[in-house]
Amino acid sequence: MKAVVTVIGKDSVGIIADVSNECAKHNANIVDITQSVLKEYFAMIMLVEIEKIQTDFSSFQGALSRLGEEKGLDIRVMHEDIFNSMHRI
Amino acid sequence: MLNINDILETVNMIKQENLDIRTITMGISLFDCISDDQKRLENKIYDKITKSAEKLVSTANDLEATYGIPIINKRVSVTPISLVGACADRDGYVRLAQVLERAANEVGINFIGGFGALVQKGMTKGAKNLIDAIPEALSTTTKVCSSVNVASTKAGINMDAVARMGQIMKEAAFLTKDNDSIGCAKLVVFANMPEDNPFMAGAVHGMGESDTVINVGVSGPGVVASAIKREGFCDFSHLADVIKKTAFKITRVGQLIAYEASKRLNTPYGIIDLSLAPTPAVGDSVAHILENMGLERCGTHGTTAALAMLNDAVKKGGVMASSHVGGLSGAFIPVSEDAGMIEAAECGALSIEKLEAMTAVCSVGLDMIAVPGDTSAATLSGIIADEIAIGVINNKTTAVRLIPVYGKGVGESVEFGGLLGHAPIMKLSDYSSEEFIKRGGRIPAPIHSLRN
Repeated sequence: MKAVVTVIGKDSVGIIADVSNECAKHNANIVDITQSVLKEYFAMIMLVEIEKIQTDFSSFQGALSRLGEEKGLDIRVMHEDIFNSMHRI
Repeated sequence: MLNINDILETVNMIKQENLDIRTITMGISLFDCISDDQKRLENKIYDKITKSAEKLVSTANDLEATYGIPIINKRVSVTPISLVGACADRDGYVRLAQVLERAANEVGINFIGGFGALVQKGMTKGAKNLIDAIPEALSTTTKVCSSVNVASTKAGINMDAVARMGQIMKEAAFLTKDNDSIGCAKLVVFANMPEDNPFMAGAVHGMGESDTVINVGVSGPGVVASAIKREGFCDFSHLADVIKKTAFKITRVGQLIAYEASKRLNTPYGIIDLSLAPTPAVGDSVAHILENMGLERCGTHGTTAALAMLNDAVKKGGVMASSHVGGLSGAFIPVSEDAGMIEAAECGALSIEKLEAMTAVCSVGLDMIAVPGDTSAATLSGIIADEIAIGVINNKTTAVRLIPVYGKGVGESVEFGGLLGHAPIMKLSDYSSEEFIKRGGRIPAPIHSLRN
């Protein structure tokens, strides 16, 4: 099972490092990263494998969401199927 | 990997444009609870609901977390209670409503629907007793919703029931007068009532349904309004296409949630209801969709055409996205629950006459409209008869949910709070319908009911 981590907010130093670090702490394997910076705004999408995470899904979500709050970013973790359903036939 | 723009589009729909799953509604058949012993009936109903829906709320909460989409309401609909409690007297039915309330509280759902009767052709003793019990049932419970089907294209209009429902609305308004007659917000009168609608106040679990079923209602007027705004000036063919594509995406999410909920609850999946259901929140309004199409205010000339196109395009987009579409599917126009409708009614752009015309092309009917508290029962019945006639003749569902707010008149407004919103009291005709309503009997079914 894979989840999509979306990170949206103002660009700053170390965003990818912080998010990757949190994923590593939970044993969530990052399989793909895409990012774009439009003016000062930053959008990063990470595809992570969550089958082997050490905590349950909601704790992983909570940890990333708290990190987002600390850094002033909107960080969400959502099951990839919501995107597949909406954008693929 | 998924396209970054697609992912950001989905996140933006949820974060900025209020996309949500409006409701997961579990339909539960109560036929196996029938008993001529009132106490036994009450116990069986309570046990059936609390056992069947035991995991509904926790499952919905899990799905909400996993997919990152808000699931606003968790609800239960049951077999119309007049069929289950046919032996009960009026007081017995009031007690059954209270049993539904207790069961709803136990499983933690927001609303329970099905305290209703089907009287489109005639009224059984049980149905009559249930209707008599509605005002007290609604005033002594908070989660129980009631619906009465008074007409169908096949059967015509039961005008005795129409006359009675005007009186029932008045009584329910009086008994809940300390809360701005809120009882009437939980009561809806139908023509051609669907048996699989997940939305309140009209949700019931129909007679031809399986033992339990999962129906999901998706929403997202804000998403459609934003899509139209982003597209800028374009002709109607293109506009219809934009709406269709958006409705498709919204419905796909509903389909995913319905499928997963059905799997996790081990309950068959019934239908997706792809209704654009507004809330009073800014950016979640059907009226604003119509205004984004180029109308200065919802209610001005052109509004009916705009709504007709919206309703049709929503269905066309949605039907491709789901294997089973049902319920009320289309666009809702509840006045008090829609920020744009409220503004339009307050500034005089939207009248009850225009709303009636709009209901001929929207998915339901005259919904959440506050009217003066001194409106006579016959006038309320007249409004019901008009609206029901539109449904019967046009072979569609129509419904009436009016709130004759006790002690208030035109120029004043009423605050229901939460998703029910607030509304100005609308002006009605000054002339009487008394002699018309007094006739009673049935308005015959239209000629096109003879399709066999």
